[in-house]
Formats: sequence, C-alpha cells, structure tokens
Amino acid sequence: MDAGLLGQYIFNGLMLGIIYAMVAVGFTLFFGVLDVIKFSHGDVLTVGAFVGLATYHGLDALGVTSAPVLALSLTLAAMLAMGALGALMARWIVLPLRNAPAINVLLITLMAGTVLRELIRLFYPAGANPKPFPRLLPTDSLTMGSFTLRLDNVILLSVGAAAIVGVHLLITRSRLGLAIRAAAQDSETARIMGINFQMVVLVTFALGSALAALAGVTAGLYYSEINFGMGLLLGVIGFSAAVVGGLGNLYGAVLGGFLFAALQTLGAVWFSVPAYKDVFAFALVILIMAWRPTGLIAEKTAERV
Amino acid sequence: MRKIFRPAPVWPALLLLPLLGGYGYVFLHAEAQWQVAILALAGVAAILAAGSRRVGAALDRSWRAAPSLLGWLAFVVAAALIYVLREDHFALLMVATVLLYALVCLGLNVQFGYAGVLNFAGAAFFGIGGYTAAVLAAHTALPHLVILASAGLLSGVVGSLLVLPLLRTRGHYAALITIAFAILFRTFLEVNDLLGGPQGLKVPGLAILGWSFNDSIVVDADTEFSFYVAYAGFSLVLFTIGLILVWRLERSWLGLSLDAVRIDETAASVFGFQVARWKILAFSLGNVLAGVAGAVYGMMTGFVAPASFTLAESLIFVSIVILGGLGNPAAVLPATVLVVVLPEKLQFIQEYRYLLFSAIVILILLFKPAGLLPRSLRRYFPSWGKA
Repeated sequence: MDAGLLGQYIFNGLMLGIIYAMVAVGFTLFFGVLDVIKFSHGDVLTVGAFVGLATYHGLDALGVTSAPVLALSLTLAAMLAMGALGALMARWIVLPLRNAPAINVLLITLMAGTVLRELIRLFYPAGANPKPFPRLLPTDSLTMGSFTLRLDNVILLSVGAAAIVGVHLLITRSRLGLAIRAAAQDSETARIMGINFQMVVLVTFALGSALAALAGVTAGLYYSEINFGMGLLLGVIGFSAAVVGGLGNLYGAVLGGFLFAALQTLGAVWFSVPAYKDVFAFALVILIMAWRPTGLIAEKTAERV
Repeated sequence: MRKIFRPAPVWPALLLLPLLGGYGYVFLHAEAQWQVAILALAGVAAILAAGSRRVGAALDRSWRAAPSLLGWLAFVVAAALIYVLREDHFALLMVATVLLYALVCLGLNVQFGYAGVLNFAGAAFFGIGGYTAAVLAAHTALPHLVILASAGLLSGVVGSLLVLPLLRTRGHYAALITIAFAILFRTFLEVNDLLGGPQGLKVPGLAILGWSFNDSIVVDADTEFSFYVAYAGFSLVLFTIGLILVWRLERSWLGLSLDAVRIDETAASVFGFQVARWKILAFSLGNVLAGVAGAVYGMMTGFVAPASFTLAESLIFVSIVILGGLGNPAAVLPATVLVVVLPEKLQFIQEYRYLLFSAIVILILLFKPAGLLPRSLRRYFPSWGKA
C-alpha cells in the first residue's frame, strides 16, 4: 500500500471519527450530568439532518442561492431545533424517571428514538426513501499521488473539531460549565449552593442535542445523502464510543470516537468483504468491554453501598 | 385461626378461563375493523382490571386455591381453541406465533425480570435457533427433536461467549454488550454468503417421528385440518413446558437467589451468593428458550432472513416483557397477544405499529412502570391470610 492510499484511509477515518466523537460527546454529557443514557440521541441526529434539509428546501424556494448562507443557516436551524427538542425530551421523558431504575430510562429513550424515526419515515414527504443532501461546500481538491484532499471535507473536519473544543472550553472555563460540573458531581450539594439543577440539566441536554444536529448535518454533507435510519447505527456507534472511552469523560468520548473509526477502517482494509468492518468493530468493542469493564478511561468513583 | 386458613373460592378463575377462550375465538374471527377495535379495547380494559388491586387480588387468590387444576384447565381451553380454529390457517399461524414469541419473552423474563441481566439481543438468539434449524435440517439427517435441542443449545453456547463481558460490566456498560451483539449478528448474517446473505435460507418443515407437520391432517374425505394445527399444538406444548419451568424456577430457592442477585448484587455477594453463577444460569436459560422458539418458528414459516432478527425486533420482545409486567410470567401471554396479533388484525395500524408501540411503552414507563399486570409477591402458603 503506498503512502497516498494510506493517507486517504487515515483521512477518511478521521472524518468518520469526528462524526462519531460529536455523537459520543453528547452521550457523555448526558451521562455526566444525570447518570442516564439517552438512547434517542442517534435519532435526534437524524431529525437534525432532516430539519437541515427542510430548511434548505425552504430557503431554496424563497430564492436564496448563496451556498455559504444556505450552509450556515441550515446548520444553525438544525442545531437550534434539536437543542429545543433535546431540552423538551429531557423535561418530559428523562427527568420524570429520575428515580426509576436505569433500565427504564434506557428503554423510554430507546422508544422515544423509535417514535422520532418512525415519525420521519411516515410523515416526512417520501421519508422512507434516502434523500439527497445538497452539496453546499466548495469541492476544490488537492491531489497528491493517490491522495485527494477535498476542501469540503477539511471544512467539515475543522468545524467538528472546533465544536468539540468549544464544548470542552464551555464545560471547563465558563460559569455555566462550572454549574454543569457541579451538578454532575453532586446534584444535592449543587442545589444547596443555589444552582438551578433542572435548568442545568435542560441546558446540558440542549447542548448535547445541538451537537448531534451538527453531526447529522456533517454526515449529510459528507455522504451527500441522508435517510431515516441513519441515526440508529450512528447512535449505537456513538454510544459504543462513549462507553469504550469511559462514560462521563469528554476525552474518553473523543478517544472512543476515533478508536471506533480506526477499527472500522482497519476492518475495511483487512477483510476481503468490506462489509465485515462493522462485525469486526463491534466484536472488538465487546472484547474491550471484557478487558476494561468501565471503559478505557475508567470512571473515578467508588460505589457507595 | 379459622379465618386464616379459609380457602379462597375457585370460581372467579374457573369462570375466567372459558371466557378467555371464547374471547380468543371471537377476536381471531372478527373481520370488520370496528369489531376488532372494540374487542381490542375491551381486552385492554380487562387486562387493566386484572392488574388492579381488587379484581387482580381476587383472581390471584382463586388461582392459588387450585393452581394445578386451573392450570390444566387453561391448557385444555387453549387446546380447544386450536381445535375450534382447525380450518383457519391465518388464525392458527397467529396462535402459534404468539405462543413462540411468548416463549422467548419467558426467557427474557428470567433474564431481566429475575436475575436483572439485560438482554437487548433477544431476536438475535431467536435467529440463532432459526438458522441452526435451517442448516441442520437441510444438511443432516438428524431427527428434528434433536435439531430443536441443538438449536437451543447453540443459542446458549453463543450466549456464553457474551457471559464474560456481561459479568464484568454493569448497568449501561452491560447494556452496550448485548446491543453491540444484536447489531453484529444482523450485519454478520447479511454479509455472510454461506448463510444466504440478505435473502436468508429456506427451512424444511418440522417432522417428528415420521409425522411431517407440513402435511394437512386428513381426517376423512371431507374433513381436513390446517397443517398449522400441528404447529400451534406443538407451540402450545412448548410454551406450557416453558411456563411450568419458569414458575417452578421462581418458586424454588433458585428463584429466590436470582431475585437477591437482581435487587442488590453487592449485598447478595456479601451474603455468599455466587452472583456469577446465577447470572449465567438465567442468561443461558433465557437464550436456550429463545433458540428453541426460533427453530420452531423458522420451520413453521419455512424461511429465515436477517431482516427478522434486527435490534428493532429485539426491542419488540423487550416491550412485550415491560408491557406485561417485569417478572410476571403469566403476563407474557396477554402482552404478546397485544403486540403481535393486534397489528395483524387492525390493518390500518400495521404501518404505524412501531410508532404506536413505542408510544405505548413510553406511556407505560411514565405512568405504570410495573406493567399492566405487575408481579405479585411470592406466597408459599397460598391459603394463609386474606390479604
């Protein structure tokens, strides 16, 4: 294998990795603040991508033709809408089950995800079919041997990385982040100190869901196609990434995201039938869980009995 | 003291059984959509009533007054229902499907109702059974009963590959393992040409002791039973065996140990319970039941394909267990009827069924988290106390 092809594989792996990492960061945020897994995350991503697509069609019908304006507004619309949806789901589905067993939260969000997915399939115009996603980013490319670097992919990669760094800075450097970390560490003490716990939870869910919408739009722009089922696999992959990295840990989520992408890419290179890549990646995820039961970067908590 | 030992009257449960049989007959024969809808609503109302304190407790007490008599009577009623439906292919297919799905859900019930081991790959183990039956029946001359046993066994063996990661992880981490397995299994089937790829495999019909289940039963020149009678009857026998097994398990010290492990793993291990042993027992038993059910189902429908063994299908199984009432084996059957038969009978909801059931499960989890028929406390001396 020559260097160009290797570079191509690495770059494609990085693209996948940034999408997975964005989804995984959402999972880890929710887990950090409320100790729950919100399984509808992947489907929120799908809905985000579809909101982006609908916004595009709406603006297109209004006669907006400038690609940067379109790209920016559909991304913003998707992120805002999903932020709101995330907060609503947290308020009406996740928070009411705060004191229920963890499996109930997992189930209710799984089912909420199914509801979202089915709503798109049944009620978005021809929602059961894959939809072409507009190519709005400049597609100039730089070719070095067998390695092609496309400008749109570089933009997507940097926007994704910037979003994750932004979330990291928000969590570690801002007052809001301080409140989120306080609520995550000890919700009762945080409340005694005057933090509006419910507001913090809603904001965290909005933040994670907006990030999922960004991941959905990124996936749409990268593959130029979206469909109602895309979020199911992306959600499970993001969840695997967050768990393999270590739940509640932002670095773990990013590490897990890129690790999963690397496993898939390796699987695609190694096996004569590339479709085995998912079998390979998920089998390794199970093995990693057997080896490190609480993820690569383990949770630093002892169980109180 | 006299009051304490007064046995409860048997008649409420005795009356209920023929009513249920009659309801099943009318429901399966209802043609017009409005009839089906009304019957379904009545059924849900009845289940809710049975789940309520007063009615439920009365039924429960009368059932406990003569459990074996009523149990066999229930079996007879179910067999009679199959006999009455003997010429109706579709209704019998429904009955057999319900019984086999309920068998899988009994297994899931043991797994997370008793031992607290989550399994989001129920459909995968169901599928392992189906594929084992397909391969063994097509390529070997093994007797079909042996094939059914091997299907269950293989399902258990494949499940044991997941045991180590499952034992080492807890909660969400454990949930990931079965979810990853469900997706892995489906993807594997789709890309594997040996097992037929996305088209799946054909499965020969079941034949026991030289009697082929796929031949219609000819009584005389004018009377011919649907071949589904044999499958429905066989599924009924399997489900009954499964139900007795699970009931006995719950009542025994094994069931107590499983409950202890679920309720507090740490405390249980402090008191000397071998947590790993109980989890392995429950997980394997559940997978074996799913595997056997999958094998019979594959032989009945004549083919197996990856599309029937997806994560979404596994979630349907989980919904049945939650809908019925976690840990209550008797609740599995009504819940399966709701989830499996209703969309088939009410064609206008067929398209919307995933949407509808997810929404229903959300409502149940929000407002009635113990399920429609919550599990009742174990009582070893049923005649004690009025309670």
